[in-house]
Amino acid sequence: MAIPGIFRARVAPETAAAGEAEEAARPRVAGAAPAVEVHDLTVAYRTQPVLWDVDLQLPEGKLIAIVGPNGAGKSTLLKAILGLVPAVTGWVQIFGEPYARRRSWVGYVPQRESVDWDFPTSALDVVTMGLYGQIGWFRRPGKRHRETALASLEKVGMREYAHRQISQLSGGQQQRVFLARALAQDARLYLMDEPFAGVDATTERAILTLLKELRATGRTVVAVHHDLQTVAEYFDHVVLLNMRLVAAGPVTTTFTAENLQRTYGGRLTVLTQASEALLQKRSVEGIAAGGTGEGEPWS
Amino acid sequence: MELSLTARNVLLGATMLGALGGMLGSFALLRRQSLLGDALAHAALPGVCLAFLLTGSKSPLPLFVGALVAGLAGSLLILATVRWSRIKEDSAIGIVLSVFFGIGIVLLTYIQKLPTGNQSGLDKYLFGQAATLVKEDLQVMAVLGAVVVAAVALFYKELKVLSFDPGFGASLGLPMKRLEILLTLLLVIVVVVGLQTVGVVLIVATLITPAAAARQWTDRLGAMVLLSAGIGAVAGVIGSLVSATVPRLPTGPVIVVVSSGVLIVSLLFAPRRGLLWALLQERRVAGRIRRENLLKDLYLAGEREGSFAGFVSWPQLMGVRGQTSGELARSARPLERAGLLEREGDALRLTRAGLAEAESVVRKHRLWELYLTRRLELPSDHVHRDAEAMEHALTDEAVERLEELLGFPAVDPHGRPIPARGRAA
Amino acid sequence: MSPTLVILLVASCVAASCALVGSFLVLRKMALLGDAISHAVLPGIAIAFLVTGDRAALPMVLGAGALGLITVMLVELFNRSRRLREDASIGVVFPALFSLGVILISRYASQVDLDLDCVLYGEIAYTPWDTLTVSGSDVGPKALWVNGAILLANLVFVSLLGKELKLSTFDGGLAASLGFSPTVLHYLLMSAVSITVVGAFESVGAILVVAMLVVPPATAYLLTERLGWMIGLAVALGVASAGAGYAIARWLDCSIAGAMASVAGLMFVAALLFSPGHGLLARLLIHRRMGNRLAGELLLLHLQKGGEGLPVVTLERRFGWDPRRLHRVLGRLLRQGWVERAGEGLRLTARGAQALEASGRAQLAHRL
Repeated sequence: MAIPGIFRARVAPETAAAGEAEEAARPRVAGAAPAVEVHDLTVAYRTQPVLWDVDLQLPEGKLIAIVGPNGAGKSTLLKAILGLVPAVTGWVQIFGEPYARRRSWVGYVPQRESVDWDFPTSALDVVTMGLYGQIGWFRRPGKRHRETALASLEKVGMREYAHRQISQLSGGQQQRVFLARALAQDARLYLMDEPFAGVDATTERAILTLLKELRATGRTVVAVHHDLQTVAEYFDHVVLLNMRLVAAGPVTTTFTAENLQRTYGGRLTVLTQASEALLQKRSVEGIAAGGTGEGEPWS
Repeated sequence: MELSLTARNVLLGATMLGALGGMLGSFALLRRQSLLGDALAHAALPGVCLAFLLTGSKSPLPLFVGALVAGLAGSLLILATVRWSRIKEDSAIGIVLSVFFGIGIVLLTYIQKLPTGNQSGLDKYLFGQAATLVKEDLQVMAVLGAVVVAAVALFYKELKVLSFDPGFGASLGLPMKRLEILLTLLLVIVVVVGLQTVGVVLIVATLITPAAAARQWTDRLGAMVLLSAGIGAVAGVIGSLVSATVPRLPTGPVIVVVSSGVLIVSLLFAPRRGLLWALLQERRVAGRIRRENLLKDLYLAGEREGSFAGFVSWPQLMGVRGQTSGELARSARPLERAGLLEREGDALRLTRAGLAEAESVVRKHRLWELYLTRRLELPSDHVHRDAEAMEHALTDEAVERLEELLGFPAVDPHGRPIPARGRAA
Repeated sequence: MSPTLVILLVASCVAASCALVGSFLVLRKMALLGDAISHAVLPGIAIAFLVTGDRAALPMVLGAGALGLITVMLVELFNRSRRLREDASIGVVFPALFSLGVILISRYASQVDLDLDCVLYGEIAYTPWDTLTVSGSDVGPKALWVNGAILLANLVFVSLLGKELKLSTFDGGLAASLGFSPTVLHYLLMSAVSITVVGAFESVGAILVVAMLVVPPATAYLLTERLGWMIGLAVALGVASAGAGYAIARWLDCSIAGAMASVAGLMFVAALLFSPGHGLLARLLIHRRMGNRLAGELLLLHLQKGGEGLPVVTLERRFGWDPRRLHRVLGRLLRQGWVERAGEGLRLTARGAQALEASGRAQLAHRL
């Protein structure tokens, strides 16, 4: 937590003030605003900066991975976008508006380990929590909300487990319940903290299918991702982060060996792993492209 | 049974306290703040004494306000100490609890030596003297209780998110900090209500023990909260009735002993979570594994002989797994009763039905071995141990899928035939 | 011996033995187990009393010690069964045992001088007159002998096993691999805590034992980094609060044990606020300074990025800070000569660039 009293940034400036020279390039039409826009964002835990001066624009309708070493501030970036951690400087906008006004457009999937899975509640109940924002104060979830929640469970293939106590689900099933909870929110932008961490192969495939369906319906997904080998396969865009923004853009032009080197520094094991993945991918693509190696981003 | 007015007051007070404590205790238990209530109770003591010193009155309201303020101050101190210093939560709770109590004792002994202090009766807050509850106390209790129940009912779903996943709740825009303060405030109210009835030390048990017991019986928060309130109320009723009928039996401790008894019963006997249930389940599974192994041993013996018609001798069967005669008999007897085995003197053989059962076990074993060697590419001499466990765990549906996946194989990795499904039957 | 001296000596023995074992409780995050033990020994004392019929020291120490260990085992049992978490296990075990103790005493021993109020806050004022007679001759106050013996035992315990306890506290895995079973050490420590609690129980009562076990060690923990120092300091603070508490109790004519706990609490609050390394004030100052530095560096970095004459309004909007705060930070940078005015806006000076370089933040920027 940053210290109150030292400084606390406003989440976003008044929109009226956003007319400066370098801001002129920003699209002004509401529908054309990027899904997420982060400006000069610095976040510090106590006095230790965790994110340092990050500028970022994430396009709508893409699957976007946030990649970086441990302690690079990946989860913090998600939380800062959600306003869960206060920013020292900078501001965030979602579809051209501050988060407070776009709350219902955003679905959040926290890390699975962040909760107590022995909590006395069912899968359906957890998914219904995604609707609590819409239900409003003092009201109980009704039949309509139940239907929505069941439909979301259906989408992740968990409908038959709706009434299971959540501790009786496997790790992958728990992850799918979390995804269903976000789906129930019917958001335009999904922020997911390591959705693929520690899940079985079936769940990994199911999640991937789901992400692609979301993309097909124009949703944006921003996910913290650990497995460098699958970044290029699963995602369209990548954000390379190590306290500062290293690079962000389409996977094909951004997920390069050079950028990875800059992100991970000298951490050899990770680099070897990544370069193996890159080599594999290159050889596959090389074969597919008839060995020309044209437009080759990996050199 | 005709109850005296005092006994009726005690009964009412203890029941209300039990229900309120059980209800809020559920949230404290799930938020892993079981001992916060303990600290709040101890912290309230100096508040009560200060309120008396300031107002000179014993009427419940000022004492209650004093306790409330001190309790809240204690909880804030714990929060601040943990958040801003290197002191861990357990020490912070211990410090607030003991130091506030120490200050309370200083004030209490000071008050008792004042000319007006002797009749203050403040020491009833130490152990609680339910017998001193008067109508006015009960009225305060009822009003506060109604407030607590109403707050929990109105904010139930928000409190649920707070207890389960506060980060997600905040992302929905729910004011998690304020809800946390609300919950602590409610907890302080219940603690203060309980001071007079059960005393400083035992309040924690009126919060946590019913909740811990209720948790064993249900997997739903709503049911847990209601059940916990019920257990608390019943313990209150029993405790106050027992202490009213048996001389020299203080109410608070009896209530705690009753709810602790309920907890022990719940921990042992609750379906699914109960320890006894788990033990039984374990033994059932162990028994089934032993029986399946005996069937398999008989099958393998028959396979070696080339015929399943022959009888296998008792010592030979004991030798396969190094079992004692008694152990073997324990597996054989139920199988015989189920018509899966035939016994002739000191020897056993499979019946037709038994052969089918045995084949199914062997089938699972060999299919799994094949799966491990073919699909996971484990060496064939490493797969037996794993298959030995899986043969008891695989469901029929899984076996069918496995067979399909492997293309309906005829032999296992060691070249032994895989029995076809339902051949013997 | 004068009564005052006896009381002071007994209180010092109690405070010192509590601080010795309490230091390990605090470091192992088991302070509340100490709390639980201090309450749960009550039925042990009651049973010993009912069996022997008098208040002989040894049976009581044994009975209470046994109950202390039973408490630890029950908490662990519940915890291991994974049906209850540790905090809940503690929260259900000790009230149940304490209730049993209260019931035993009020049913069967209420005529005798096991006063229930004393269970909670002790009556150290009477210790000088409760003397021990060995073969007919009066050898002095019982509490002094008991607590002196316990202090001695704790000293031996900590000096013999201090090293092992330290190791298993900070690295249980390593301790186990070196052959010191953490379980055995855990139970040894808990036995020591139980016996200490029993000795202190009569003098300062159940809840104030907790004060002696937890508060001085936690205070010492705020003041030093080294285990040896922490234990020594905890003992000193405990003894000091015993002495000062006694003086205050004499002055106000109130509970001695309560006053001791209050003084210990005051010392803790003082350390919490003013400890040079870990106090809130020191931390606040450091955070202020670091925060201001961070803010300055952020501004320098943005000016570097923004080139010539970046207008203040742009900075204001970009940072989203309170304008007063921005101007305060900018004012400092201007005074230091790291920033200068350039027309409508601001720009980094050569010295400012140097300062940024020196801060290491720029290296961070370069590295990436």
